[in-house]
Amino acid sequence: MAAVTGALDLVRYFGRWGRRPAQHVLGNAGRFTYLLIDLARGLTEWRVYLPRMFTQATHIGYGSLFIVLLVAGFAGAVTSLQTGYQFTGALPLYYAGAVISESMILELGPVLTALILAGRIGARYAAELGTMRVTEQIDALESLGRSPITHLLLPRIIAGILVIPALTMFANATGILVGYLTAKGSLGLTYADFEYGARYFFRPLDLWYSLIKSYCFAGAVTLIPCYIGYNTQQGAEGVGRATTTAVVSASVTILLLDALTTKLLLGVK
Amino acid sequence: MIELQNISKRFLSNVVLDGVSLAVQDGETVALLGPSGVGKSVTLKMINGLLKPDSGDVIVDGLHVPKLKRHELALLRSRIGYVFQYGALFDSDTVAENIRLGITDEDQHRDVAYCAERVKECLRLVNLAPDVADKYPAELSGGMKKRVGIARAIAGKPKYLLYDEPTSGLDPVNADVIDGLIERLRDELAVTSVVVSHDVRGSFRVADRVALLWQAKIRAVGTAEEILASRDSAVQQFLERDLEMSLIQAEGNQERHGA
Ligand SMILES: Nc1ncnc2c1ncn2[C@@H]1O[C@H](COP(=O)(O)OP(=O)(O)OP(=O)(O)O)[C@@H](O)[C@H]1O
Ligand SMILES: [Mg+2]
Repeated sequence: MAAVTGALDLVRYFGRWGRRPAQHVLGNAGRFTYLLIDLARGLTEWRVYLPRMFTQATHIGYGSLFIVLLVAGFAGAVTSLQTGYQFTGALPLYYAGAVISESMILELGPVLTALILAGRIGARYAAELGTMRVTEQIDALESLGRSPITHLLLPRIIAGILVIPALTMFANATGILVGYLTAKGSLGLTYADFEYGARYFFRPLDLWYSLIKSYCFAGAVTLIPCYIGYNTQQGAEGVGRATTTAVVSASVTILLLDALTTKLLLGVK
Repeated sequence: MIELQNISKRFLSNVVLDGVSLAVQDGETVALLGPSGVGKSVTLKMINGLLKPDSGDVIVDGLHVPKLKRHELALLRSRIGYVFQYGALFDSDTVAENIRLGITDEDQHRDVAYCAERVKECLRLVNLAPDVADKYPAELSGGMKKRVGIARAIAGKPKYLLYDEPTSGLDPVNADVIDGLIERLRDELAVTSVVVSHDVRGSFRVADRVALLWQAKIRAVGTAEEILASRDSAVQQFLERDLEMSLIQAEGNQERHGA
């Protein structure tokens, strides 16, 4: 008897965990796809979203600039110090120029910026939209015959997709600059050596690669939090949950996209 | 005309509406009364399609609301003003911008001079000072938010108006102003309205007919006299409770007056 109930419990247990996540994932994938279609459809109504987009873009752009540059600067400095630590004596010094600039442009600039902004812009979007959902502001917009897609989502998403790659480029430049200054101070690297190293390994494709990456990340930082915030349920607690879920999902997606783009674009086998 | 035909709605196992039918004629004002949590707001949201019934049909202006395509629904909604129970003001916009978003005609919405004029007029109609226009919702009192919500709903000169407890949380003077506004919109512009209310007296004043929602069904519909004369136990119970409430309030007022 005990064995039977035990088995039933197990069946129920695995049944629950087997079916629910699958349904959950499929349901979300479906709704997310619908949202993407709606967003694409809404693109024709530029009169509604463009003015709001500019407001959002200035908000998130200026608001994030300081923290992004700060993080990029530290990343550049640390890369520089570590390069010095690992290289001294074994390799010509100008290699440091290559390592610092390439690791900033290819990896640290885009990824760190995106992760920071997932916490800043992503959390903000999810919390704003979640609050608007639970205080019926989204219903109110719809009750006026206006579309939340064009009034709320598109301005935020487009603003992010414009601002995040720009911030990434600033981050790259700052990281390289601080990296060089640190190398100069600690390793005695001259500017000529640094430039020689940086140019020696640099391909113009690398900058494009950095940019493409940051566009992908910008998609993750804006679309996922907007989707999650827009579908918030159940009051203040729901908004809290939506915000954390949004940041975590966006960050994990960034890391996955990072691996994917590295493999696809750099053709690493 | 607004017609609810045998609509049912449940949230998981919670049956909120079970075969509710109600017709509101053109130019008529119907008050929807009922105890808290009975599903008045849910009913109102069905009328402009914010919620879909599980079964039954909602017909507004000759259109089957649950079956409308999105742009058709948006078009219909621009003719229906909705006053939310808790205001639902856009809190990142000023009061003026909130009201301007209520101007649903796109040409008028873009006409800056018209909008400024209309915003001022709507604020006056709900008895708010013009300088409220530049404030943000967070700077307003509860009653002021409510009135801005009403101003936003009427800004587009809708043909239908759905009020979710328009006077709850207002002081008697302003409740009176709003009741007067509802009456005027009906008499002068022939607006068709549904007024959800807790307040029996206020709704008797503004409504041509009153409907009582009770345990997931419409228990009684009729003019104020018919409702007052009804021998239905639920109706009497509801009216008695309301009478007690207003007596308590009257006592409170007297005490405050005496002190
Ligand atoms: N989105 C929702 N999800 C789940 N349940 C809901 C939802 N909206 C309403 N309900 C439930 O429906 C019932 C009716 O809610 P409704 O808001 O219509 O009440 P009401 O009559 O407007 O009450 P009040 O006078 O207090 O505003 C409640 O039991 C509520 O819990
Ligand atoms: Mg309600």
